[in-house]
Amino acid sequence: MLKLQEVSKVFRVGAFGGKTMTAVDEVSFEVGRGEVVSLIGESGSGKSTIGKMVLRLMSANGGSITFDGDDISKLDKRAYYRKVQGVFQDPFSSYNPIFKADRVFSMIKEVYFPKEADRVWRDKVASALNDVRLDAGQVLNKFPHQLSGGQLQRLLIARALLLDIDFLVADEITSMLDASTRIDVLNLLADLKLRGLGVLFITHDLALGNYISERTVVLHQGRIVEYGPTAKVFETPEHSYTRKLLASVPQLHRKWEGV
Amino acid sequence: MTLSVQDLRVYYRTLRGEVKALDGVSFDVADGEILGLAGESGCGKTTLGKSLIRMDGRMKHVGGRVELDGENLPIGDTVKMNPFRFTEVSIIPQYSMSAMNPTRKIGRMVRELLDSRGVTVDLDELHRRLDLVELNRDVLGKYPLELSGGMKQRMVMVISTLLNPSLLIADEITSALDVSTQKAVVTTLKGFRELGFVKSMIFITHDISLTNQLADTIMVMYAGKLAEKAPADAIVNRSRHPYTQLLISSLPEVGVRYAEKKLTGIPGNPPSLLNPPVGCRFQDRCPLAFDKCREEPPAVEVEKDHFVACWKA
Repeated sequence: MLKLQEVSKVFRVGAFGGKTMTAVDEVSFEVGRGEVVSLIGESGSGKSTIGKMVLRLMSANGGSITFDGDDISKLDKRAYYRKVQGVFQDPFSSYNPIFKADRVFSMIKEVYFPKEADRVWRDKVASALNDVRLDAGQVLNKFPHQLSGGQLQRLLIARALLLDIDFLVADEITSMLDASTRIDVLNLLADLKLRGLGVLFITHDLALGNYISERTVVLHQGRIVEYGPTAKVFETPEHSYTRKLLASVPQLHRKWEGV
Repeated sequence: MTLSVQDLRVYYRTLRGEVKALDGVSFDVADGEILGLAGESGCGKTTLGKSLIRMDGRMKHVGGRVELDGENLPIGDTVKMNPFRFTEVSIIPQYSMSAMNPTRKIGRMVRELLDSRGVTVDLDELHRRLDLVELNRDVLGKYPLELSGGMKQRMVMVISTLLNPSLLIADEITSALDVSTQKAVVTTLKGFRELGFVKSMIFITHDISLTNQLADTIMVMYAGKLAEKAPADAIVNRSRHPYTQLLISSLPEVGVRYAEKKLTGIPGNPPSLLNPPVGCRFQDRCPLAFDKCREEPPAVEVEKDHFVACWKA
């Protein structure tokens, strides 16, 4: 469904843009329908840059990104966002604090469904909330500060679902959440996957990536160092960088060596 | 005994009443012990860390005593706490990225900080500690802006422990870091204890699997109260409190996959601490709750050094 071919991003840095920095270097991979691909790497590995390019918040310098065979940079933006949406790391800064949180739903209605009757729309919102396992009475008509991080993050996923999207870019969506709610958001993504949603799951936490994804891409300094089925990447990592990352994950029943 | 906390109560003053963020917490930290403090957000971890060093304007010390090395710690009095801060109790704050003065070069900032305590800089010692955390000595001539996140974190760790405090509080210091940097930071902290830079430590995090890498004892808090406290290995393998058990079972480990084993979170949210429920505070979310839970469970020592506050334990 989504296909990246030798995508690169070069930033100009320095006082007068005299130097260049390659953030993403000829990256190619594919995400199919109903598939979760996790993109794993440390800060500065270019994983968020890839997410932003897929969401067209940034343009690529080289290579091509295609969605169902069409080059995304040539698609109409509004039509593209009907199918592809993103959810980001910090749920608190994704909302405008002076408006109620459910304003994200009415904005979708204004832009994409202006002719829909209010009653039908309310039912749609209710069913989207139901899909993300939120209780409408608890979250509607509230300000962002009255809701928890997990609730806000799930509202954003519900907002994406209202558009019947095919593809979701999830950029570190669980890193601000507690361990107890983190797993609920992951289970939700896994359930949506069964309904045909393709997900690009960007994370630095290998345990989470391993939990839900079919395939894994490991990035290091903008390059893909390992790419393959998740089970294979985690059980028999071939690259030394992947092995190093795996060894540094804190695990409950195994102590780190040399600490 | 380095630190002894007896029935500590700290409330937040708000327009709607008092938020009972810490409501009768008692524990000890021995010499050379690392205590890991775990729990969800809003359970009072950070409040506990802050009340041991500096309460902000909204916090009120309502009751309880804190002793450090046998001396009473005047935690309710900002001015009287001054001689203890940095020399006896020190903290590595949650956001080390923004903990340093951006307008000073780091070396000058450290000098000014030590001057304020009437101590002169021992440059050799400072250099030795920079080498230890693998920071180049040049950093003293740089501005915080010029350092990466991991470097700033290590610099703040060196500054916080420079006067060899008895107690070091590390509050969620790794939550913004990558897994490999995280490991390096934890290794350094453990090294600090080995070298005697700090006597004992309270390590606050919501990630039990990380705490277990470092802590000797783990204390799990829930809604301002102690839920369970035991040696790290007992918490991980033989926890008795249902909250601890649920917290541990919601952790995805490397190797666990959705298709094979579906993990579950803890349904519901922690209770509001404006009017906390009577009795056990976990009763609304607890799968084992029964009538007796309306009464408050005392913290009982079920085996040596293993305290649990639950009627079913």
